[in-house]
Amino acid sequence: MELRTEVSEIEGWTVVTVHGEIDVATSPSLRERLIDLVNDGSARLVLDLEAVDFLDSTGLGTIVSILKRARTHGGDLRLVCTEARIRRLFEITGLDNAVPLHASLDDAISGG
Amino acid sequence: MAVVELEIPARSAYLSLVRLVVDAAVGSLAPGLSQARLDDLKIAVTEACSNAIEAHEGNWSEGPVIVRCTIGDDEVRVEVIDRGSGFDPDDVEALPAVTDPRRLRHESGLGIALMRTLADEVSFTPSADGTRVSLVVRRPQSTAG
Repeated sequence: MELRTEVSEIEGWTVVTVHGEIDVATSPSLRERLIDLVNDGSARLVLDLEAVDFLDSTGLGTIVSILKRARTHGGDLRLVCTEARIRRLFEITGLDNAVPLHASLDDAISGG
Repeated sequence: MAVVELEIPARSAYLSLVRLVVDAAVGSLAPGLSQARLDDLKIAVTEACSNAIEAHEGNWSEGPVIVRCTIGDDEVRVEVIDRGSGFDPDDVEALPAVTDPRRLRHESGLGIALMRTLADEVSFTPSADGTRVSLVVRRPQSTAG
């Protein structure tokens, strides 16, 4: 399945909305897209996972990698995720401690 | 007992198809299994298949990788069988505790931890020919049979 991303700017944050499945097949293109954004000066990133149908460990690894890169560039990475099946993976792996999961785009941008 | 078997080339483009087949086979033949457990199983199977595909990349072969779903009265078992270069699951480095900041150094290696958490039972059987990973999700007793 194809992975599709939409990028918008909201209050100084670059919001990347991801549609589709994130696995070994699609993670490289997502990673590349996000690295390009950080390298181009958009290190304050919000990743909206609400339209993600599937996420595996490769996707989690990509998110960790982008989080570190964004922070190295003086920014941050925030996630929007309410789907229990996706949130559970962050909880199992403990990554929810490192990357807070927000219930809405507004919350992610305001840090609430 | 019903068996559904899928054979795929060892390429990641086929992972989506594996999930579709597991979803359809288990969803229709084990109706008592909740959607949440089926989602867990699909993640665990994807992790096992990703490892199998990587193992084939290790010895420059394209597979096949076999995904066999056995739906019994008490459990659903999915076996992922490859003829790749093999690996020892005990050699996989243990991850730091979830509260440990060093956890962020680990961008990979989460797959086996996920399999062990999401399935009720996981076994790895390495052999000279490759590896067989067996993932079991137990069916609720009230709907078994």
